Amino acid sequence: MAQRAPEADFRTRLQEWIPKLVLSPSLAAMLVFVYGFIALTIYLSVSDSKMLPSYDLVGFENYAKLWNLSAWWTAVVNLLIFSSLYIGICTAIGLTLAILLDQKIRGEGILRPIYLYPMALSFIVTGTAWKWIMDPGIGIENTMHLWGWASFEFNWIKDRDMAIYTVVIAAVWQTSGFVMAMFLAGLRGIDNEILKAAQIDGASNWSLYRRIVIPLLRPAFLSAFVILAHLAVKSYDLIIALTGGGPGRATELPATFMYSYTFTRNSMGIGAASAVIMLMTIAAIMTPYLYAELKEKK
Amino acid sequence: MRGYFGTKTALVMTLMATTGMAHAEDVEVLHWWTSGGEASALNVLKDGLAADGIGWIDMPVAGGGGESAMTTLRARVTSGDAPTAVQMLGYDIQDWAEEGKLANLDAVAAEEGWDAVVPAALQAFSKYDGHWVAAPVNVHSTNWVWANKAVLDELGIAQPATWEEFVAAMQAVKDSGRIALAHGGQAWQDATMFDGIVLSVGGVDFYKKAFIELDSEALGSEQTVEAFNRMATLRSFADDNFSGRDWNLASAMVINGDAAFQIMGDWAKGEFLNAGKVPGTDFLCFRLPGTQGDVSFNSDQFAMFAQTDTAAQAAQAEMARAIMSPGFQSAFNVVKGSVPARTDVPNDAFDACGKQGMVELAEASANGTLVGSIAHGHANRAAVKNAIYDVVTAHFNGEYDAATATKELVNAVEAAQ
Amino acid sequence: MAVAEQDTAVRTGGITRAFIYGILLLFMFFYLMPLFVMIANSLKPLAEITGGNMMALPDTWTAEPWRQAWSSAQIGVEPTGLKPYFINSILMVVPSVAISTVLGALNGYVLTKWSFRGDKIIFGLLLFSCFIPFQIVLIPMATVLGKLGLAGSIPGLILVHVVYGIGFSTLYYRNYYAAFPTELVRAAMIDGAGFFRIFWRIMLPVSGPITVVCVIWQFTNIWNDFLFGASFGGQTQPMTVALNNLVQSSTGVKEYNVHFAGAILAALPTLLVYIVAGRYFVRGLMAGSVKG
Repeated sequence: MAQRAPEADFRTRLQEWIPKLVLSPSLAAMLVFVYGFIALTIYLSVSDSKMLPSYDLVGFENYAKLWNLSAWWTAVVNLLIFSSLYIGICTAIGLTLAILLDQKIRGEGILRPIYLYPMALSFIVTGTAWKWIMDPGIGIENTMHLWGWASFEFNWIKDRDMAIYTVVIAAVWQTSGFVMAMFLAGLRGIDNEILKAAQIDGASNWSLYRRIVIPLLRPAFLSAFVILAHLAVKSYDLIIALTGGGPGRATELPATFMYSYTFTRNSMGIGAASAVIMLMTIAAIMTPYLYAELKEKK
Repeated sequence: MRGYFGTKTALVMTLMATTGMAHAEDVEVLHWWTSGGEASALNVLKDGLAADGIGWIDMPVAGGGGESAMTTLRARVTSGDAPTAVQMLGYDIQDWAEEGKLANLDAVAAEEGWDAVVPAALQAFSKYDGHWVAAPVNVHSTNWVWANKAVLDELGIAQPATWEEFVAAMQAVKDSGRIALAHGGQAWQDATMFDGIVLSVGGVDFYKKAFIELDSEALGSEQTVEAFNRMATLRSFADDNFSGRDWNLASAMVINGDAAFQIMGDWAKGEFLNAGKVPGTDFLCFRLPGTQGDVSFNSDQFAMFAQTDTAAQAAQAEMARAIMSPGFQSAFNVVKGSVPARTDVPNDAFDACGKQGMVELAEASANGTLVGSIAHGHANRAAVKNAIYDVVTAHFNGEYDAATATKELVNAVEAAQ
Repeated sequence: MAVAEQDTAVRTGGITRAFIYGILLLFMFFYLMPLFVMIANSLKPLAEITGGNMMALPDTWTAEPWRQAWSSAQIGVEPTGLKPYFINSILMVVPSVAISTVLGALNGYVLTKWSFRGDKIIFGLLLFSCFIPFQIVLIPMATVLGKLGLAGSIPGLILVHVVYGIGFSTLYYRNYYAAFPTELVRAAMIDGAGFFRIFWRIMLPVSGPITVVCVIWQFTNIWNDFLFGASFGGQTQPMTVALNNLVQSSTGVKEYNVHFAGAILAALPTLLVYIVAGRYFVRGLMAGSVKG
């Protein structure tokens, strides 16, 4: 017994170390490629970087310039409009479709992939297709005119005040099916016994969903929110392909703003400052979620 | 399972080994000329180099008038893997030269006598600190109007010579129920019209003072307000559906006779020629009324990035020589719609508009009325250029009136400096 | 794990059911319309597009745009079509998806079954990495790839995609494994099974559903990436960059039919993955990732 002790000891210790060793490459990569780069971005945001990174500090000048730019305000307001509508509508459509699809629908096997497939397309493809469809000259408006509905008008994409809503339409089209799948998965995971019991108690369909089913979907809501919020904040390709930020700069979002200042306007410092603000916003939204997520589960 | 992944990795490794190393005699060219006409023009260059045993590695990145390509370039340079030659415009060349990333082409320039044949206004961009760093391919100019002759003849409109005549002509077209001005509402297209409009309001002196020297008094003057007023006038003659339209679709509207005029750089000519139209009989090209004698130009150049390998340097010099050869300059520019960057190229192969452009370029260069385009980065560095874009396009889309736009312009330009 | 598929269907009358089908069909048209427009117009000659109705079926059917987009459209100076880039994409996507999925599975396994002090913070750090806007990493990433000698190569792209894919794959597997009874793992440990043996024998066999979700997600994201491909692709640019070159060319006639054919070609692999694996997708989501 005494002889075997060191070996067993070694084995246990090895077993203790293996998990950490397995985790360490990912962790190291994260620390360098995510947090290291974030630190660098913060540094650049207080430097006088123009075309390429420069390491001369200028304090908070870039932030002051940033908040003086009307285009940045437009981008921030647009993000608020876009993300709240996008998240709201996607969730509403996703939930509705999931509930309806859950009513023993014939052809669910056909409908489900049809609702899902837009997620498979890149935002570039989505943007190009919707740009076409919403263009008054060749798209829906023209089609309606050709079909004889002469007074039909749909020119949002050309209208400074409405263009941001066309971005919402295209983005909702792309992701709402995915949200549907998440809710459907949530619904399918609910124990039928609970529902049967409630039905026996005489609950109406409406109150059944409102009082029992939807609260049980809380995890699905959270996951959907995280995915949607992440897509909303990162939205870049879609804007470029759909409106190019126009008309004028009416559909600029923080991601497109940051890209243009960093790469096409040779103002890397201001670009970095806007990136830092974006990151802080994401952190503000994510921290409560992460906290809840991590506290709940052991 | 494991074996499968093993093979995959091995395959990838082999690929890396073969693609990672470019031959020393190759030139790698980053550009955004991906459409049929431009690409076939570049093929002239490629084939010429191939005859000298120099290979061509193509790196096309299209989109946004070179914006995507410039992002790619930054990543490439930062990773220490700069391409041999990069298509570039105006002040971008100077910025890269300032970073010390460009090669010195003085030897080949002296051998070929570039100093004598390239207009001084272009040399200002191709040279940094007195040394050649880029080889100019062409000279475009932006203050052109393209008109459908059949439409004008039908309505009895003569080629307008002044701004007032131009407005009257557009009014006549509008009254006939057609679209007077074909335009695409993208920031750079709005700014391209602005080039000519500024010249039409205040001539070369005002243009230089306000938009090149960025004198805030000139920039905030009544003349700028007038320029914005004229932009608003132009907008009133465009159709409602202009926003976001590509410029070549706007050209197509003129080609098809749906619209009468387009204000656009001379690259628009390629669209007309591709459609089988003949200058003078099917379409007219003339300077924006009120800017006769002035030329606002931009020039595509190949900036040469410094190479460490001597064989690569030799290939690079060879490429620069080939770009500047009269044969390539003629062949490329006939296709592209622009005029050669050297003034001694015979004009036989060019059409009427091209010949006119070559004459006007030489005259403007001699008279000092050749100015860099605001819209295409030949008047200011990128930050200022884009600040001007912002205001011009916001005004054009109705966000500001002319007086506010002028004030905003002064502020934006100041902030961007 | 073995959650039986069950629906929460309620008792509904005939009119309500008709109404439900109506809404579902309406949305079906909403989702299908853009695809229909793309396919219909990719089969028309160009003249029919510019002069005609976007919603109409072709008068003259032609597969020419598809042939051009695949093998003869001008991408840069070479009329190669999208074909060579398609191969680049495959070479990039397959290893990236495989590596990031395997790492995600191992990470998820460690974080749920071998918990140690600070594991939650590590998970939080990994999760937050999903949200980093990719634009800000371009320049520093370029420096790192240059130092590693991986700039402008497929292995470089694979590294980038793996690094930014780990966050999501770990999230998926962690949430999935969290629901797996830890007692089974404990019992195996007492029997003397080691770390990898438990993973291989116990965790992996039940990981099918979540692997489907993870692979679909990673495959779609990596395949559709443009920014990294354009910046770090070098001479091995992926399909999306080529598609962009095709669609965005600055001059010349816009060949919409070729563009649409190219767009569908570029989307084909991901569409295929969704259609083939879509059945398991909801099941996979159900089994893990959306559970609290």
